[in-house]
Amino acid sequence: MNESLPRVVLDPTGERSPATRARLPRLDSLEGRTIGLLDISKARGDVFLDRVESLLRSRGATTLRFRKPTFTKPAPIDLRQEIATRCDAVVEALAD
Amino acid sequence: MAADLARVPEPLPPRPGAPALPSGLVAFVKRECPTCELVAPVLRELARRGRLTVYTQDDPVFPEGLAPVDDRELAVSWHHRIEAVPTLLRVEDGVETARAVGWHRDDWEALTGTRGLGPGLPELRPGCGSRSEDPDLVPKLAARYGAGRLRARRVLLAPLEDELEALHARGWSDGLPVVPPTEERVLAMLEGTTRDPQQVVAVVPPDLVPCSVEKVAINAVLAGCRPEQLPVVLAAVEAACTDEFNMHGVLATTMPVGPVVIVNGPIRRAIGMGSGRNVFGQGNRANLAIGRALQLVVRNVGGGRPGEVDRATFGNPGKLAFCFAEDEEGSPWEPLSVSLGAAPGSSTVTVFAGEGPRSITDQLSRDPESLARSFAACLRTLHHPKLVVAFDCLLAVGPEHGRVFRKAGWSRKRLLERLHELLQIPGAELVRGADGIAEGLPESVRNATLPKFRPGGILLVHCGGEAGLFSAMIGGWASGAVGSQPTLREVRP
Repeated sequence: MNESLPRVVLDPTGERSPATRARLPRLDSLEGRTIGLLDISKARGDVFLDRVESLLRSRGATTLRFRKPTFTKPAPIDLRQEIATRCDAVVEALAD
Repeated sequence: MAADLARVPEPLPPRPGAPALPSGLVAFVKRECPTCELVAPVLRELARRGRLTVYTQDDPVFPEGLAPVDDRELAVSWHHRIEAVPTLLRVEDGVETARAVGWHRDDWEALTGTRGLGPGLPELRPGCGSRSEDPDLVPKLAARYGAGRLRARRVLLAPLEDELEALHARGWSDGLPVVPPTEERVLAMLEGTTRDPQQVVAVVPPDLVPCSVEKVAINAVLAGCRPEQLPVVLAAVEAACTDEFNMHGVLATTMPVGPVVIVNGPIRRAIGMGSGRNVFGQGNRANLAIGRALQLVVRNVGGGRPGEVDRATFGNPGKLAFCFAEDEEGSPWEPLSVSLGAAPGSSTVTVFAGEGPRSITDQLSRDPESLARSFAACLRTLHHPKLVVAFDCLLAVGPEHGRVFRKAGWSRKRLLERLHELLQIPGAELVRGADGIAEGLPESVRNATLPKFRPGGILLVHCGGEAGLFSAMIGGWASGAVGSQPTLREVRP
Protein backbone atom coordinates (compact mmCIF):
# COMPACT_ATOMS: atom_id res chain seq x y z
CA MET A 1 0.00 0.00 0.00
CA ASN A 2 1.33 3.41 -0.98
CA GLU A 3 2.11 5.32 2.20
CA SER A 4 1.25 8.67 0.65
CA LEU A 5 -2.30 7.66 -0.32
CA PRO A 6 -5.18 8.16 2.07
CA ARG A 7 -6.11 4.85 3.65
CA VAL A 8 -9.65 3.65 4.03
CA VAL A 9 -10.81 1.33 6.77
CA LEU A 10 -14.27 -0.06 7.48
CA ASP A 11 -16.17 1.13 10.52
CA PRO A 12 -16.41 -1.77 13.02
CA THR A 13 -19.09 -0.10 15.14
CA GLY A 14 -22.86 -0.28 15.15
CA GLU A 15 -22.86 3.10 13.32
CA ARG A 16 -25.51 4.52 15.58
CA SER A 17 -25.46 8.22 15.06
CA PRO A 18 -25.39 9.91 18.44
CA ALA A 19 -29.05 10.55 19.16
CA THR A 20 -29.50 13.64 21.25
CA ARG A 21 -32.87 13.57 22.91
CA ALA A 22 -34.27 16.50 24.85
CA ARG A 23 -35.21 15.73 28.44
CA LEU A 24 -38.83 15.98 29.46
CA PRO A 25 -39.59 19.08 31.56
CA ARG A 26 -39.33 18.52 35.31
CA LEU A 27 -42.56 18.20 37.25
CA ASP A 28 -43.46 21.58 38.75
CA SER A 29 -45.14 19.92 41.71
CA LEU A 30 -45.69 16.45 43.18
CA GLU A 31 -49.25 17.31 44.21
CA GLY A 32 -51.68 14.92 42.56
CA ARG A 33 -48.99 13.32 40.42
CA THR A 34 -48.42 9.58 40.06
CA ILE A 35 -44.86 8.47 40.76
CA GLY A 36 -43.72 4.95 39.87
CA LEU A 37 -41.27 3.23 42.22
CA LEU A 38 -39.30 0.55 40.39
CA ASP A 39 -37.55 -2.10 42.46
CA ILE A 40 -34.92 -3.85 40.30
CA SER A 41 -34.94 -6.87 42.65
CA LYS A 42 -31.63 -6.18 44.34
CA ALA A 43 -31.26 -6.69 48.07
CA ARG A 44 -32.65 -3.84 50.21
CA GLY A 45 -34.02 -1.90 47.26
CA ASP A 46 -37.39 -2.22 48.97
CA VAL A 47 -36.07 -0.50 52.12
CA PHE A 48 -34.97 2.47 50.05
CA LEU A 49 -38.23 2.64 48.10
CA ASP A 50 -40.39 2.33 51.26
CA ARG A 51 -38.76 5.48 52.58
CA VAL A 52 -39.02 7.31 49.25
CA GLU A 53 -42.67 6.30 49.05
CA SER A 54 -43.57 7.76 52.43
CA LEU A 55 -41.76 11.01 51.57
CA LEU A 56 -43.57 11.29 48.22
CA ARG A 57 -46.96 10.61 49.79
CA SER A 58 -46.37 13.26 52.44
CA ARG A 59 -45.94 15.70 49.55
CA GLY A 60 -49.27 14.78 47.98
CA ALA A 61 -48.12 12.32 45.32
CA THR A 62 -49.73 9.01 44.48
CA THR A 63 -47.28 6.12 44.24
CA LEU A 64 -47.29 2.87 42.30
CA ARG A 65 -44.84 0.06 42.98
CA PHE A 66 -43.20 -1.97 40.22
CA ARG A 67 -40.61 -4.71 40.25
CA LYS A 68 -38.27 -6.13 37.62
CA PRO A 69 -38.20 -9.97 37.50
CA THR A 70 -34.40 -9.92 37.80
CA PHE A 71 -31.84 -7.18 38.21
CA THR A 72 -29.57 -8.86 35.67
CA LYS A 73 -31.72 -8.07 32.66
CA PRO A 74 -33.30 -4.91 31.29
CA ALA A 75 -36.90 -4.35 32.36
CA PRO A 76 -39.35 -6.23 30.11
CA ILE A 77 -40.93 -3.99 27.50
CA ASP A 78 -44.45 -4.51 28.92
CA LEU A 79 -43.27 -3.26 32.30
CA ARG A 80 -41.64 -0.21 30.74
CA GLN A 81 -44.82 0.58 28.82
CA GLU A 82 -46.99 0.17 31.91
CA ILE A 83 -44.80 2.58 33.85
CA ALA A 84 -44.74 5.05 30.96
CA THR A 85 -48.51 5.05 30.58
CA ARG A 86 -49.49 5.09 34.27
CA CYS A 87 -46.89 7.37 35.83
CA ASP A 88 -45.76 10.98 35.54
CA ALA A 89 -42.29 10.13 36.80
CA VAL A 90 -40.39 7.09 38.03
CA VAL A 91 -37.80 6.47 40.75
CA GLU A 92 -35.59 3.43 40.19
CA ALA A 93 -33.87 1.81 43.16
CA LEU A 94 -30.61 0.63 41.70
CA ALA A 95 -28.71 -1.51 44.12
CA ASP A 96 -27.74 -3.03 47.42
CA MET B 1 -19.89 -39.03 -19.81
CA ALA B 2 -20.19 -35.60 -18.33
CA ALA B 3 -20.40 -37.07 -14.84
CA ASP B 4 -16.92 -38.51 -15.29
CA LEU B 5 -15.27 -35.18 -16.02
CA ALA B 6 -12.41 -34.29 -13.75
CA ARG B 7 -14.18 -31.25 -12.41
CA VAL B 8 -13.43 -29.13 -9.43
CA PRO B 9 -15.49 -30.89 -6.74
CA GLU B 10 -18.69 -29.05 -5.85
CA PRO B 11 -17.87 -25.92 -7.89
CA LEU B 12 -18.81 -22.69 -6.18
CA PRO B 13 -21.19 -20.41 -8.06
CA PRO B 14 -19.69 -17.38 -9.85
CA ARG B 15 -19.00 -14.42 -7.59
CA PRO B 16 -21.77 -11.79 -7.33
CA GLY B 17 -21.75 -9.36 -10.24
CA ALA B 18 -20.01 -11.82 -12.56
CA PRO B 19 -19.98 -10.80 -16.25
CA ALA B 20 -22.16 -13.14 -18.31
CA LEU B 21 -20.32 -15.80 -20.30
CA PRO B 22 -21.18 -16.40 -23.97
CA SER B 23 -22.89 -19.72 -24.67
CA GLY B 24 -20.83 -22.46 -26.28
CA LEU B 25 -17.27 -23.38 -25.31
CA VAL B 26 -15.25 -20.91 -23.25
CA ALA B 27 -11.50 -21.18 -22.63
CA PHE B 28 -9.18 -19.27 -20.29
CA VAL B 29 -5.48 -19.17 -21.21
CA LYS B 30 -2.24 -17.25 -20.77
CA ARG B 31 0.80 -17.27 -23.04
CA GLU B 32 3.13 -17.72 -20.10
CA CYS B 33 1.70 -21.23 -19.60
CA PRO B 34 3.37 -24.00 -21.68
CA THR B 35 0.23 -26.15 -21.53
CA CYS B 36 -1.78 -23.28 -23.01
CA GLU B 37 0.77 -23.08 -25.86
CA LEU B 38 0.40 -26.84 -26.25
CA VAL B 39 -3.40 -26.75 -26.58
CA ALA B 40 -3.53 -23.72 -28.91
CA PRO B 41 -3.97 -26.00 -31.98
CA VAL B 42 -6.77 -27.85 -30.19
CA LEU B 43 -8.53 -24.56 -29.50
CA ARG B 44 -8.19 -23.62 -33.17
CA GLU B 45 -9.74 -26.97 -34.11
CA LEU B 46 -12.64 -26.41 -31.68
CA ALA B 47 -13.19 -22.89 -33.08
CA ARG B 48 -13.52 -24.38 -36.58
CA ARG B 49 -16.16 -26.82 -35.38
CA GLY B 50 -18.36 -24.57 -33.29
CA ARG B 51 -18.70 -21.60 -31.04
CA LEU B 52 -15.58 -20.96 -28.91
CA THR B 53 -14.68 -17.86 -26.93
CA VAL B 54 -11.15 -17.54 -25.56
CA TYR B 55 -10.20 -15.22 -22.69
CA THR B 56 -6.53 -14.39 -22.46
CA GLN B 57 -4.96 -13.32 -19.19
CA ASP B 58 -1.65 -11.87 -20.37
CA ASP B 59 -0.99 -11.51 -24.10
CA PRO B 60 -3.99 -9.93 -25.86
CA VAL B 61 -3.24 -11.67 -29.18
CA PHE B 62 -2.67 -15.16 -27.75
CA PRO B 63 -3.61 -17.65 -29.15
CA GLU B 64 -3.08 -16.22 -32.62
CA GLY B 65 -5.97 -16.44 -35.05
CA LEU B 66 -8.66 -16.90 -32.39
CA ALA B 67 -9.53 -13.22 -31.71
CA PRO B 68 -9.19 -13.72 -27.93
CA VAL B 69 -11.03 -11.51 -25.46
CA ASP B 70 -8.62 -9.41 -23.41
CA ASP B 71 -8.97 -10.37 -19.71
CA ARG B 72 -5.71 -8.85 -18.51
CA GLU B 73 -7.77 -7.04 -15.83
CA LEU B 74 -8.95 -10.53 -14.78
CA ALA B 75 -12.54 -9.43 -14.20
CA VAL B 76 -13.95 -12.47 -15.99
CA SER B 77 -11.38 -14.92 -14.58
CA TRP B 78 -11.83 -13.69 -11.00
CA HIS B 79 -15.62 -13.62 -11.03
CA HIS B 80 -15.84 -17.11 -12.53
CA ARG B 81 -13.29 -18.53 -10.08
CA ILE B 82 -10.82 -19.73 -12.72
CA GLU B 83 -8.10 -21.45 -10.70
CA ALA B 84 -5.78 -22.77 -13.43
CA VAL B 85 -5.16 -22.33 -17.15
CA PRO B 86 -6.08 -23.71 -19.52
CA THR B 87 -9.65 -24.08 -18.23
CA LEU B 88 -12.33 -25.12 -20.66
CA LEU B 89 -16.00 -24.49 -19.83
CA ARG B 90 -19.22 -25.55 -21.46
CA VAL B 91 -21.78 -22.75 -21.12
CA GLU B 92 -25.47 -23.17 -21.86
CA ASP B 93 -27.80 -20.16 -21.70
CA GLY B 94 -25.13 -18.25 -19.83
CA VAL B 95 -24.71 -20.96 -17.17
CA GLU B 96 -21.55 -23.05 -16.78
CA THR B 97 -22.50 -26.71 -17.07
CA ALA B 98 -19.08 -28.38 -17.27
CA ARG B 99 -15.45 -27.50 -16.55
CA ALA B 100 -12.16 -29.14 -17.48
CA VAL B 101 -8.91 -27.94 -15.93
CA GLY B 102 -5.49 -28.38 -17.59
CA TRP B 103 -5.18 -30.63 -20.66
CA HIS B 104 -6.65 -34.07 -20.31
CA ARG B 105 -7.80 -35.48 -23.64
CA ASP B 106 -10.64 -37.59 -22.21
CA ASP B 107 -12.03 -34.63 -20.27
CA TRP B 108 -11.85 -32.29 -23.23
CA GLU B 109 -13.45 -34.85 -25.54
CA ALA B 110 -16.24 -35.55 -23.07
CA LEU B 111 -16.86 -31.88 -22.45
CA THR B 112 -16.92 -30.96 -26.16
CA GLY B 113 -18.53 -34.15 -27.43
CA THR B 114 -15.67 -34.44 -29.94
CA ARG B 115 -13.40 -37.39 -30.66
CA GLY B 116 -9.78 -37.34 -31.71
CA LEU B 117 -8.73 -34.01 -30.22
CA GLY B 118 -5.03 -33.07 -30.30
CA PRO B 119 -3.79 -36.28 -31.94
CA GLY B 120 -0.10 -35.40 -31.49
CA LEU B 121 -0.47 -34.34 -27.86
CA PRO B 122 0.19 -36.34 -24.71
CA GLU B 123 -2.83 -37.72 -22.85
CA LEU B 124 -2.40 -35.44 -19.91
CA ARG B 125 -0.58 -32.23 -19.12
CA PRO B 126 -1.39 -30.18 -15.99
CA GLY B 127 -1.91 -26.47 -16.46
CA CYS B 128 -0.55 -23.44 -14.61
CA GLY B 129 -2.06 -21.23 -11.96
CA SER B 130 -4.59 -18.69 -13.17
CA ARG B 131 -3.32 -15.11 -12.81
CA SER B 132 -6.49 -14.40 -10.82
CA GLU B 133 -5.07 -16.76 -8.16
CA ASP B 134 -1.70 -14.99 -7.96
CA PRO B 135 -1.24 -14.42 -4.19
CA ASP B 136 -0.10 -10.84 -4.82
CA LEU B 137 -3.20 -10.08 -6.89
CA VAL B 138 -5.91 -11.94 -4.94
CA PRO B 139 -6.54 -9.26 -2.28
CA LYS B 140 -6.39 -6.47 -4.86
CA LEU B 141 -8.87 -8.24 -7.13
CA ALA B 142 -11.18 -8.94 -4.21
CA ALA B 143 -11.15 -5.26 -3.26
CA ARG B 144 -11.53 -4.05 -6.85
CA TYR B 145 -14.44 -6.29 -7.79
CA GLY B 146 -15.94 -7.22 -4.43
CA ALA B 147 -15.88 -4.04 -2.34
CA GLY B 148 -19.35 -3.11 -3.60
CA ARG B 149 -20.69 -5.94 -1.42
CA LEU B 150 -19.51 -4.16 1.71
CA ARG B 151 -21.95 -1.78 3.34
CA ALA B 152 -19.99 -0.55 6.35
CA ARG B 153 -19.22 3.14 6.59
CA ARG B 154 -15.81 3.98 5.12
CA VAL B 155 -13.50 5.85 7.43
CA LEU B 156 -10.67 7.80 5.85
CA LEU B 157 -7.41 7.92 7.77
CA ALA B 158 -5.34 11.03 7.25
CA PRO B 159 -2.04 10.49 5.41
CA LEU B 160 0.05 11.37 8.44
CA GLU B 161 -1.99 9.36 10.96
CA ASP B 162 -0.33 6.23 12.28
CA GLU B 163 -2.81 3.46 11.48
CA LEU B 164 -2.66 1.71 14.83
CA GLU B 165 -2.87 4.93 16.80
CA ALA B 166 -5.74 6.13 14.62
CA LEU B 167 -7.78 3.00 15.29
CA HIS B 168 -7.10 3.19 19.00
CA ALA B 169 -8.06 6.88 19.10
CA ARG B 170 -11.41 6.04 17.53
CA GLY B 171 -12.18 3.74 20.45
CA TRP B 172 -12.14 0.52 18.44
CA SER B 173 -9.51 -1.35 20.42
CA ASP B 174 -9.63 -3.33 23.64
CA GLY B 175 -6.39 -1.72 24.74
CA LEU B 176 -4.05 -3.69 22.50
CA PRO B 177 -3.26 -2.75 18.90
CA VAL B 178 -5.82 -3.92 16.35
CA VAL B 179 -5.32 -4.86 12.70
CA PRO B 180 -6.64 -2.13 10.36
CA PRO B 181 -9.84 -3.45 8.71
CA THR B 182 -9.16 -2.50 5.10
CA GLU B 183 -11.52 -3.54 2.32
CA GLU B 184 -8.97 -6.10 1.16
CA ARG B 185 -8.65 -7.71 4.58
CA VAL B 186 -12.39 -7.73 5.25
CA LEU B 187 -13.13 -9.30 1.86
CA ALA B 188 -10.46 -11.92 2.50
CA MET B 189 -12.04 -12.59 5.91
CA LEU B 190 -15.46 -13.04 4.29
CA GLU B 191 -14.00 -15.82 2.13
CA GLY B 192 -14.06 -17.83 5.36
CA THR B 193 -17.85 -18.16 5.27
CA THR B 194 -20.49 -18.95 2.68
CA ARG B 195 -22.97 -16.63 4.39
CA ASP B 196 -24.11 -13.43 2.74
CA PRO B 197 -22.22 -10.46 4.21
CA GLN B 198 -25.49 -8.66 4.95
CA GLN B 199 -27.13 -11.56 6.77
CA VAL B 200 -27.89 -10.57 10.36
CA VAL B 201 -26.04 -12.80 12.82
CA ALA B 202 -27.42 -11.45 16.08
CA VAL B 203 -28.76 -8.42 17.86
CA VAL B 204 -25.85 -7.36 20.02
CA PRO B 205 -26.25 -6.05 23.58
CA PRO B 206 -26.18 -3.66 25.26
CA ASP B 207 -27.28 -1.26 22.50
CA LEU B 208 -29.25 -4.07 20.77
CA VAL B 209 -27.73 -3.39 17.36
CA PRO B 210 -28.43 -5.84 14.51
CA CYS B 211 -25.02 -7.18 13.51
CA SER B 212 -24.29 -8.43 9.99
CA VAL B 213 -21.78 -11.07 8.95
CA GLU B 214 -19.78 -8.17 7.51
CA LYS B 215 -19.57 -6.39 10.88
CA VAL B 216 -18.42 -9.60 12.54
CA ALA B 217 -15.80 -10.00 9.79
CA ILE B 218 -14.55 -6.44 10.34
CA ASN B 219 -14.11 -7.09 14.05
CA ALA B 220 -12.49 -10.46 13.32
CA VAL B 221 -9.92 -8.56 11.23
CA LEU B 222 -9.35 -6.15 14.12
CA ALA B 223 -8.82 -9.12 16.43
CA GLY B 224 -6.25 -10.82 14.19
CA CYS B 225 -8.38 -13.77 13.03
CA ARG B 226 -7.72 -15.77 9.92
CA PRO B 227 -10.64 -16.34 7.51
CA GLU B 228 -11.05 -20.01 8.42
CA GLN B 229 -11.69 -18.95 12.02
CA LEU B 230 -14.62 -16.69 11.08
CA PRO B 231 -17.31 -19.41 11.30
CA VAL B 232 -16.35 -20.01 14.94
CA VAL B 233 -16.54 -16.29 15.69
CA LEU B 234 -19.97 -16.14 14.04
CA ALA B 235 -21.22 -19.04 16.15
CA ALA B 236 -19.79 -17.47 19.31
CA VAL B 237 -21.55 -14.17 18.55
CA GLU B 238 -24.81 -16.05 17.93
CA ALA B 239 -24.49 -17.92 21.22
CA ALA B 240 -23.50 -14.92 23.32
CA CYS B 241 -26.27 -12.69 21.99
CA THR B 242 -29.15 -14.85 23.17
CA ASP B 243 -31.56 -14.17 26.00
CA GLU B 244 -30.40 -17.38 27.70
CA PHE B 245 -26.73 -16.36 27.77
CA ASN B 246 -27.69 -12.79 28.66
CA MET B 247 -24.64 -10.89 27.39
CA HIS B 248 -26.18 -7.68 28.66
CA GLY B 249 -26.10 -8.88 32.25
CA VAL B 250 -22.68 -10.52 31.89
CA LEU B 251 -21.37 -7.17 30.70
CA ALA B 252 -23.16 -4.97 33.19
CA THR B 253 -22.43 -6.98 36.32
CA THR B 254 -19.89 -5.86 38.88
CA MET B 255 -18.69 -9.49 39.05
CA PRO B 256 -15.45 -10.45 37.26
CA VAL B 257 -16.97 -12.54 34.47
CA GLY B 258 -16.96 -12.54 30.70
CA PRO B 259 -17.86 -14.95 27.93
CA VAL B 260 -15.68 -18.08 28.01
CA VAL B 261 -15.82 -19.83 24.62
CA ILE B 262 -15.31 -23.62 24.48
CA VAL B 263 -14.98 -25.16 21.01
CA ASN B 264 -15.77 -28.80 20.23
CA GLY B 265 -15.67 -30.96 17.12
CA PRO B 266 -13.55 -31.25 13.98
CA ILE B 267 -13.25 -27.49 13.44
CA ARG B 268 -10.90 -27.28 16.48
CA ARG B 269 -8.13 -29.13 14.67
CA ALA B 270 -8.94 -27.71 11.24
CA ILE B 271 -8.19 -24.17 12.41
CA GLY B 272 -5.33 -25.03 14.75
CA MET B 273 -6.93 -24.37 18.12
CA GLY B 274 -5.13 -25.26 21.30
CA SER B 275 -6.47 -27.69 23.91
CA GLY B 276 -3.24 -28.86 25.49
CA ARG B 277 -0.32 -27.21 27.25
CA ASN B 278 -1.00 -23.67 28.48
CA VAL B 279 -4.55 -24.01 27.20
CA PHE B 280 -5.80 -20.89 29.00
CA GLY B 281 -2.58 -18.96 28.40
CA GLN B 282 -0.81 -17.13 25.63
CA GLY B 283 0.56 -18.44 22.38
CA ASN B 284 -2.27 -19.93 20.31
CA ARG B 285 -3.48 -17.46 17.72
CA ALA B 286 -6.80 -19.16 16.96
CA ASN B 287 -7.82 -19.35 20.63
CA LEU B 288 -6.88 -15.76 21.34
CA ALA B 289 -8.14 -14.16 18.14
CA ILE B 290 -11.55 -15.87 18.27
CA GLY B 291 -12.12 -14.94 21.91
CA ARG B 292 -10.94 -11.41 21.22
CA ALA B 293 -13.17 -11.04 18.15
CA LEU B 294 -16.27 -11.88 20.20
CA GLN B 295 -15.38 -9.26 22.78
CA LEU B 296 -14.66 -6.67 20.08
CA VAL B 297 -18.09 -7.30 18.53
CA VAL B 298 -19.67 -6.67 21.93
CA ARG B 299 -17.56 -3.55 22.39
CA ASN B 300 -17.80 -2.03 18.92
CA VAL B 301 -21.15 -3.19 17.55
CA GLY B 302 -23.01 -3.55 20.84
CA GLY B 303 -21.42 -0.54 22.50
CA GLY B 304 -20.41 -2.50 25.62
CA ARG B 305 -17.40 -0.69 27.03
CA PRO B 306 -15.71 -0.81 30.42
CA GLY B 307 -16.79 2.03 32.65
CA GLU B 308 -19.98 2.47 30.64
CA VAL B 309 -22.40 -0.46 30.63
CA ASP B 310 -19.54 -2.75 31.70
CA ARG B 311 -19.47 -2.06 35.44
CA ALA B 312 -17.06 -4.80 36.52
CA THR B 313 -15.32 -4.11 39.82
CA PHE B 314 -12.26 -6.14 38.87
CA GLY B 315 -12.93 -7.78 35.52
CA ASN B 316 -10.41 -10.45 34.63
CA PRO B 317 -7.67 -10.84 32.00
CA GLY B 318 -9.86 -13.31 30.14
CA LYS B 319 -12.12 -10.44 29.12
CA LEU B 320 -9.55 -9.71 26.42
CA ALA B 321 -9.99 -13.23 25.09
CA PHE B 322 -10.96 -16.48 26.78
CA CYS B 323 -11.45 -19.21 24.22
CA PHE B 324 -10.11 -22.74 24.00
CA ALA B 325 -10.78 -26.17 22.52
CA GLU B 326 -11.61 -29.31 24.48
CA ASP B 327 -9.06 -32.14 24.28
CA GLU B 328 -11.59 -34.65 23.01
CA GLU B 329 -9.03 -37.18 21.80
CA GLY B 330 -7.49 -37.63 25.25
CA SER B 331 -10.70 -37.31 27.23
CA PRO B 332 -12.07 -40.10 29.42
CA TRP B 333 -15.54 -38.82 28.54
CA GLU B 334 -17.75 -37.77 25.66
CA PRO B 335 -17.19 -34.13 24.67
CA LEU B 336 -18.80 -31.32 26.66
CA SER B 337 -20.89 -30.43 23.59
CA VAL B 338 -22.36 -33.94 23.42
CA SER B 339 -23.18 -33.83 27.14
CA LEU B 340 -25.11 -30.63 26.36
CA GLY B 341 -27.08 -32.31 23.57
CA ALA B 342 -25.01 -31.68 20.42
CA ALA B 343 -24.66 -34.43 17.83
CA PRO B 344 -21.38 -36.38 18.11
CA GLY B 345 -18.95 -35.20 15.45
CA SER B 346 -20.55 -31.78 15.05
CA SER B 347 -18.54 -28.60 15.54
CA THR B 348 -19.91 -26.32 18.22
CA VAL B 349 -19.16 -23.41 20.48
CA THR B 350 -20.40 -23.21 24.05
CA VAL B 351 -20.31 -19.88 25.83
CA PHE B 352 -20.10 -19.81 29.61
CA ALA B 353 -20.17 -16.66 31.75
CA GLY B 354 -16.97 -17.24 33.68
CA GLU B 355 -14.28 -15.61 35.77
CA GLY B 356 -10.58 -16.45 35.54
CA PRO B 357 -9.37 -20.02 36.00
CA ARG B 358 -8.10 -21.18 39.37
CA SER B 359 -5.90 -24.23 39.87
CA ILE B 360 -7.02 -27.33 41.75
CA THR B 361 -3.77 -28.91 42.88
CA ASP B 362 -3.85 -32.55 43.97
CA GLN B 363 -0.66 -34.47 43.31
CA LEU B 364 -1.28 -37.46 45.56
CA SER B 365 -4.75 -38.81 44.79
CA ARG B 366 -4.63 -41.93 42.67
CA ASP B 367 -8.17 -43.13 43.22
CA PRO B 368 -11.27 -41.38 41.96
CA GLU B 369 -12.98 -41.01 45.33
CA SER B 370 -10.02 -39.15 46.80
CA LEU B 371 -9.75 -36.93 43.74
CA ALA B 372 -13.50 -36.21 43.71
CA ARG B 373 -13.20 -35.16 47.36
CA SER B 374 -10.36 -32.81 46.45
CA PHE B 375 -12.46 -31.31 43.68
CA ALA B 376 -15.43 -30.89 46.02
CA ALA B 377 -13.35 -29.23 48.72
CA CYS B 378 -12.02 -26.68 46.25
CA LEU B 379 -15.37 -26.18 44.53
CA ARG B 380 -16.95 -25.46 47.90
CA THR B 381 -14.93 -22.22 48.05
CA LEU B 382 -16.12 -20.94 44.69
CA HIS B 383 -16.99 -17.23 45.08
CA HIS B 384 -17.49 -17.83 48.82
CA PRO B 385 -17.67 -21.02 50.90
CA LYS B 386 -20.99 -19.84 52.38
CA LEU B 387 -22.70 -18.96 49.09
CA VAL B 388 -24.53 -21.78 47.33
CA VAL B 389 -26.75 -22.59 44.32
CA ALA B 390 -26.33 -19.12 42.81
CA PHE B 391 -23.31 -19.89 40.61
CA ASP B 392 -22.40 -22.51 38.02
CA CYS B 393 -18.87 -23.80 37.50
CA LEU B 394 -16.78 -24.90 34.56
CA LEU B 395 -14.52 -27.65 35.86
CA ALA B 396 -11.55 -28.27 33.57
CA VAL B 397 -10.08 -31.69 34.30
CA GLY B 398 -6.44 -32.06 33.25
CA PRO B 399 -5.14 -35.17 31.50
CA GLU B 400 -3.31 -36.57 34.55
CA HIS B 401 -6.40 -36.20 36.70
CA GLY B 402 -8.57 -37.50 33.86
CA ARG B 403 -6.45 -40.64 33.75
CA VAL B 404 -7.42 -41.46 37.34
CA PHE B 405 -11.11 -41.44 36.40
CA ARG B 406 -10.51 -43.33 33.17
CA LYS B 407 -8.59 -46.13 34.90
CA ALA B 408 -11.32 -46.48 37.52
CA GLY B 409 -14.06 -46.44 34.88
CA TRP B 410 -15.77 -43.36 36.24
CA SER B 411 -18.09 -41.86 33.66
CA ARG B 412 -18.83 -38.15 33.41
CA LYS B 413 -22.20 -38.86 35.00
CA ARG B 414 -20.69 -40.75 37.91
CA LEU B 415 -18.17 -38.03 38.72
CA LEU B 416 -20.84 -35.33 38.57
CA GLU B 417 -23.19 -37.34 40.79
CA ARG B 418 -20.42 -37.88 43.34
CA LEU B 419 -19.49 -34.21 43.32
CA HIS B 420 -23.10 -33.22 43.92
CA GLU B 421 -23.29 -35.71 46.81
CA LEU B 422 -20.12 -34.31 48.34
CA LEU B 423 -21.35 -30.75 47.97
CA GLN B 424 -24.51 -31.04 50.07
CA ILE B 425 -23.92 -28.48 52.81
CA PRO B 426 -25.71 -28.17 56.17
CA GLY B 427 -27.57 -24.88 56.48
CA ALA B 428 -25.98 -24.27 59.87
CA GLU B 429 -22.62 -23.75 58.10
CA LEU B 430 -24.16 -21.32 55.64
CA VAL B 431 -26.27 -18.94 57.70
CA ARG B 432 -25.25 -15.38 58.32
CA GLY B 433 -22.91 -15.23 61.26
CA ALA B 434 -21.75 -18.86 61.03
CA ASP B 435 -17.95 -19.08 61.42
CA GLY B 436 -18.04 -15.48 62.57
CA ILE B 437 -18.73 -14.35 58.98
CA ALA B 438 -21.64 -12.02 58.24
CA GLU B 439 -21.86 -13.18 54.62
CA GLY B 440 -24.19 -16.12 54.17
CA LEU B 441 -27.80 -17.17 53.85
CA PRO B 442 -30.86 -16.20 55.91
CA GLU B 443 -31.41 -17.90 59.27
CA SER B 444 -34.40 -19.73 57.77
CA VAL B 445 -32.12 -22.25 56.04
CA ARG B 446 -30.36 -23.30 59.27
CA ASN B 447 -32.05 -26.70 59.39
CA ALA B 448 -31.97 -27.33 55.66
CA THR B 449 -29.26 -29.01 53.56
CA LEU B 450 -28.36 -27.07 50.44
CA PRO B 451 -26.36 -28.05 47.35
CA LYS B 452 -23.39 -25.91 46.35
CA PHE B 453 -24.52 -26.16 42.72
CA ARG B 454 -27.91 -26.45 41.07
CA PRO B 455 -28.48 -29.69 39.08
CA GLY B 456 -26.40 -29.41 35.90
CA GLY B 457 -24.48 -26.53 37.44
CA ILE B 458 -21.07 -28.16 36.98
CA LEU B 459 -19.78 -28.38 33.40
CA LEU B 460 -16.94 -30.84 32.91
CA VAL B 461 -14.42 -30.17 30.18
CA HIS B 462 -11.16 -32.02 29.48
CA CYS B 463 -8.10 -29.99 28.49
CA GLY B 464 -4.60 -28.98 29.52
CA GLY B 465 -1.04 -30.26 29.10
CA GLU B 466 -0.13 -33.92 29.48
CA ALA B 467 2.08 -33.36 32.53
CA GLY B 468 0.87 -32.00 35.85
CA LEU B 469 -1.60 -33.33 38.41
CA PHE B 470 -3.87 -30.31 38.18
CA SER B 471 -7.36 -29.37 37.22
CA ALA B 472 -8.90 -25.92 37.12
CA MET B 473 -12.18 -24.35 38.09
CA ILE B 474 -13.78 -21.37 36.43
CA GLY B 475 -16.49 -19.81 38.53
CA GLY B 476 -19.69 -18.67 36.88
CA TRP B 477 -22.03 -15.77 37.34
CA ALA B 478 -25.66 -15.67 38.50
CA SER B 479 -26.92 -18.96 37.13
CA GLY B 480 -30.09 -20.02 35.43
CA ALA B 481 -32.99 -18.03 34.07
CA VAL B 482 -32.30 -14.98 36.26
CA GLY B 483 -28.68 -14.82 35.09
CA SER B 484 -26.82 -16.71 32.41
CA GLN B 485 -27.19 -20.21 30.99
CA PRO B 486 -24.29 -21.98 29.26
CA THR B 487 -25.30 -21.69 25.61
CA LEU B 488 -24.31 -23.91 22.70
CA ARG B 489 -24.46 -23.17 18.98
CA GLU B 490 -23.35 -25.23 16.03
CA VAL B 491 -20.53 -23.86 13.87
CA ARG B 492 -21.84 -23.53 10.31
CA PRO B 493 -19.77 -22.63 7.24
